[in-house]
Amino acid sequence: MKVVLENLTKVFPNRTKGGEDVVAVNDFSFEIPDGKLVGLLGPSGCGKSTTLYMICGLQKPSGGKIFFGEDDVTDLPPEHRGVGLVFQNYALYPHMTVKQNILYPLQNLKGEDKLSKEEMLKRTVEVAKLVQIDNLLDRKPSELSGGQQQRVAIARALVKMPRVLLLDEPLSNLDARLRLQTREEIRRIQQETGITTIFVTHDQEEAMSISDMIVVMKLGVVQQIGKPQNVYDDPANLFVAKFLGTPPINVFEGEVRGGMLFIGEDPVMAVRNVPDQKVSVGIRPEGFILDERGPLHCHINGVEVMGRDVSIVATNEASLNPVVRSIISAENKVDTSSGTVRYSIKPHKLFLFHHETEERIPFEV
Amino acid sequence: MVESKKQWKAWLYLAPALVLLAIFTVWPIFNTVRMAFLENYSGLKAAGGETFAFGIGNFKKVLEYKKFVNCLKTTALLCVATVPISTLLALLISVALNSIKPLQRLLQTIFFLPYVTNSIAIGMVFAAMFNIVGSFHGTQNEIIATAGIVNNVIEFFGGTAVNWINSGSSYAANITVMIIYIVWNALPFKILILLGGLQSINKQYYDAAKVDGSTRSRILWRITVPLLSPMLAYVIITGFIGGFKEYTSIVGIFGATMGPPDDGGRLNTMVGFIYDALSTNSQGRASAAALILFGIILVVTLINLAVSKKNTHY
Ligand SMILES: Nc1ncnc2c1ncn2[C@@H]1O[C@H](COP(=O)(O)OP(=O)(O)O)[C@@H](O)[C@H]1O
Ligand SMILES: [Mg+2]
Repeated sequence: MKVVLENLTKVFPNRTKGGEDVVAVNDFSFEIPDGKLVGLLGPSGCGKSTTLYMICGLQKPSGGKIFFGEDDVTDLPPEHRGVGLVFQNYALYPHMTVKQNILYPLQNLKGEDKLSKEEMLKRTVEVAKLVQIDNLLDRKPSELSGGQQQRVAIARALVKMPRVLLLDEPLSNLDARLRLQTREEIRRIQQETGITTIFVTHDQEEAMSISDMIVVMKLGVVQQIGKPQNVYDDPANLFVAKFLGTPPINVFEGEVRGGMLFIGEDPVMAVRNVPDQKVSVGIRPEGFILDERGPLHCHINGVEVMGRDVSIVATNEASLNPVVRSIISAENKVDTSSGTVRYSIKPHKLFLFHHETEERIPFEV
Repeated sequence: MVESKKQWKAWLYLAPALVLLAIFTVWPIFNTVRMAFLENYSGLKAAGGETFAFGIGNFKKVLEYKKFVNCLKTTALLCVATVPISTLLALLISVALNSIKPLQRLLQTIFFLPYVTNSIAIGMVFAAMFNIVGSFHGTQNEIIATAGIVNNVIEFFGGTAVNWINSGSSYAANITVMIIYIVWNALPFKILILLGGLQSINKQYYDAAKVDGSTRSRILWRITVPLLSPMLAYVIITGFIGGFKEYTSIVGIFGATMGPPDDGGRLNTMVGFIYDALSTNSQGRASAAALILFGIILVVTLINLAVSKKNTHY
């Protein structure tokens, strides 16, 4: 089931006198292909949950339309949309056992959808097996670990066989290891069921690792939509470039003069077809090459060995971050004796942005 | 140890409260037990130097009184009828109050008003409302002219006026008035507690239930009531305890006669019986009745607790 969002907008009126209305989601248009896992990504407060709640029908859009397949569901109440929603803190009913929690959506079915008791139980056990909690059916939510509650919440959302599965920050309450494990689990479940899934997170790594597509949002406005790798390799603006990647991208003040990009006084790279102007320069940590005759000079602060890789922490006058962090293969010998390090730059790991609008400036090498 | 050295200080600070507690709570309890087990104990005779034998005669006498059995019946009837009705009404009202936004504060205040109003005063208003006549001594013509508002309403809709509380009224009519009055009087406290409970329920459960396709009544019975069960248990238990101590509400409507003028004492309750016994200087019997009442409340509360333990959920 594909999901189409057309100019979706949500405005929360401000109740305090003289305050401004909050535009939580601003003119969001997007078509989510059938059976894909889409990551909705952005910092806290950028309107991700609001978008999700509008898709599932808990909140009414101020403008725009929502289609599931060809059906306009904009004015449909949640129970008629066929959505499953997993809340950020799961919202499992505390007074019901795991089994009752999963059964509950089925018991609400009416009319021709109504199932027999045996059918309901069968479906419950099936979905419990799918998320691997079939041995916990008689426990109360309070007797489960975070990861197990998570699975129960997914099972409850899946048991009605929804057309669309929505997950609001499903991993944010889990510890680091469980998070890794559970995100793979979500991917597996999504692929086994083939349900179109929208998954909200503020953690770029999470979104990048399991999504077919990601949508990057900022203050209610969509910044970029695409395959994770494409968005990473080809960010539309400085915000997206900064938001994706760990360690984060290094940003410098720079200037283009006569087809040459300068960072400080270092002529870093020839950039053709760019008029002379001030720019912001983004260089991915993996975009630096140790080079004794390289154009970019930095002062070494320290070297961190991280197994296969070495991370060089340095400073540069023109850097907008406190430190310049580069990642190079551990096979390189790093000579720290002189106190300076020189780099040349991989052209496809360097991006130019307009220094005020922060929009991407294309260039030819 | 340093702490034990300082302990006398703690006791010193506690002393005033402990002394008052000992005089006005602990001693009366002991004294009640003592008086209950002294045959035909009377304070007046005791002051005159009379001594009393130890025994359970007071209890026997109390239980043999037809009056006492009647008091017990009326009290139990009022409890059993009013607690479920008032709890259910309070639940529905607080759920409704909780779901509306405009005027919520105002309505909350209105529902809370009876709580801060003197119950004797409320009783007198109710008595006026359920009156069939303005004056007990009136002629037939006066009776119709001064009917209370309830009978006015009944007659407006074509019914015949009921003699609710005056001479010649039936026990059933009396009890009906009492039930309405007690329920109305009990609502504010229950609404207050339940509304507080409702407001502390995480709103996400309702969002989840909506996505799960629950109807409103299913949400009420399957989500709200279980999540509210600790508060419900609290209002039910305190409701029963209060119900067994019912007294002032009867006085409020029927006056100290505890019944319609032609059948005083008809609506007497356990507490009323104890007061009567005291006023005839039969402290022995009053104490025995008080202990019986205590026993009943204890048993009912234990049953309540056992039931609620099974049905409250966390
Ligand atoms: N019910 C609401 N009333 C008013 N403002 C809201 C409401 N819900 C969310 N907002 C505002 O809308 C913006 C987006 O919120 P949300 O969608 O929850 O962000 P996210 O999930 O990305 O952290 C925030 O500025 C938030 O304060
Ligand atoms: Mg959110």
